[in-house]
Amino acid sequence: MALLHLKGLTKYFGGLAAVNDVSFDVEEGSIVGLIGPNGAGKTTVFNLITGHYVPDKGEIVFNGENLVKKPTHKIVSLGIARTFQTIRLFKDMSVLENAMSGYHCRMKSGIFAGMFKPRWQRREEERAIEIALKELKFVGLSVELSQKAKNLSYGNQRLLEIARALATSPKLIILDEPAGGMNDQETRELVELIRAIRDRGITVLLIEHDMSLVMDVCEYIVVLDNGCKISEGTPEEVREDPRVIEAYLGLDEDG
Amino acid sequence: MKKKNYAIALVCILFFLSPLVFNAYWVDVLNNIGIYAILALSLNFILGDTGLFHMGHAAFYAVGAYTTAILNTMYHIPVIWLIPFSGLTAAIFGYLVARPIIHLRGDYLLIVTIGIVEIVRIALVNNIFGITGGSNGIFGISRPHIFGLVIRRPEQFFYYIWIFVAVSVYLFHRLRNSRFGRALNYIKEDEVAAEGTGVNISRYKLIAFVLGAFWAGMVGNIYASKMTIISPESFTFWESVVLFCIVILGGSGSINGVILGSFLLIGLPEIFREFAQARMLIFGLAMIVMMIFRPQGILPPPPRKYRIPSIN
Repeated sequence: MALLHLKGLTKYFGGLAAVNDVSFDVEEGSIVGLIGPNGAGKTTVFNLITGHYVPDKGEIVFNGENLVKKPTHKIVSLGIARTFQTIRLFKDMSVLENAMSGYHCRMKSGIFAGMFKPRWQRREEERAIEIALKELKFVGLSVELSQKAKNLSYGNQRLLEIARALATSPKLIILDEPAGGMNDQETRELVELIRAIRDRGITVLLIEHDMSLVMDVCEYIVVLDNGCKISEGTPEEVREDPRVIEAYLGLDEDG
Repeated sequence: MKKKNYAIALVCILFFLSPLVFNAYWVDVLNNIGIYAILALSLNFILGDTGLFHMGHAAFYAVGAYTTAILNTMYHIPVIWLIPFSGLTAAIFGYLVARPIIHLRGDYLLIVTIGIVEIVRIALVNNIFGITGGSNGIFGISRPHIFGLVIRRPEQFFYYIWIFVAVSVYLFHRLRNSRFGRALNYIKEDEVAAEGTGVNISRYKLIAFVLGAFWAGMVGNIYASKMTIISPESFTFWESVVLFCIVILGGSGSINGVILGSFLLIGLPEIFREFAQARMLIFGLAMIVMMIFRPQGILPPPPRKYRIPSIN
């Protein structure tokens, strides 16, 4: 059984099928890319998996559990973390607090523990800081921890989002255009980072426009066009598929 | 850092000696400031920390005050014992009204909460269930008794109220530096991102409402025993607006800011009493100037401090 299993996934927006009968599997420990021209429905698929939208038809099974109609925060605690296409950090909070937010779903303390601070609560706080520091180090973000997130460079904000997602200790991480706005050097480092994430045993699913990055890093690729899956396979298979070439015809390699 | 702590301690000690200097009238003004400070701090969870536009906080305050008044006058339960119970009824009321509206955003929530405070006031005026005494209210509420001491004079109430403020501030300060406090801020910063990183946003919003209502209910108890008579006109929409302004003007999410805001909005009008009508004009003008030049409030919340373990 695959880690993530999508079957017949369909979502309508006012009569228009944004995602139409899409099925694919994500095997544990793999790096899977989801590609397609603009408006193909990639982000909608992500939003369906993470519970932001409820599918009209189809099933989503993660690690043996049905995700349909589960709230997003519940899906996160089951082990799916994500980053956003447009960066969504807690801008006026510190780098450390942003990274700690990922660990929130693994913590237990509520208002009483917060007010009276028993020993276990303080230990839990220390643990949250440790996890945050560990993930910041892992993504290679060495900046002043008390700095506000909005003051980071664009590339560093992307890294902070990944650190925040990793702090939820996920089984699957979903990256929505992680290379967006990054320069070549940063993109190369990102490829290394994605591989390092996989080497920790975390499965990676990513949407990306940068075709060279997708072909380089992904072991398996799913291609969407107009909400439908038109092809899937290894990068070599997908590259030679005439339907994929047709869908991308008239588009530049990096367009 | 040490110096600053000493300075704060000194100011607190001097403040707690103030009933020795001021006359009864000014001590009573300080008491009102204390009451508004706790109310505004309890609203701060909802409005300041979570960013929910809630302009009906007087409704929770009223529920607490009336719970105390009714149970004390009808069943003669000592008011001190009714403090947690008043908080609880306000919290339950808060839960019931917030539950269906918790998903509303910004301006929509604002309008609904205005509706709630008006409904509560009108229900009280209309002597709902025949127990609220209509527009005359309820009188003959007893004074608090602590260890045989009856709290009656303004300076006695000063210590009663301001010790309550101090305890609340201590607990709220700790709560701010916890998982709960951070979660509220995550929601305020970006709801979608908060939910996407695993924060159950509707649950936390609801807890913020219930906690705020609980504290407002307890303040209602103190108010009822201080006045010994309560009526619907103490819990109008205007009270909610004043509390809203204290939080926004003082600094959303900032405990020090909210306390300072209470001194400014409740204390200053007393100092400028002789200007009567003009003071509202100045007050309005001050609000406008503040919102243009310092929208984050006079004292915005300081960044939280964390003990960073040495890298190993």
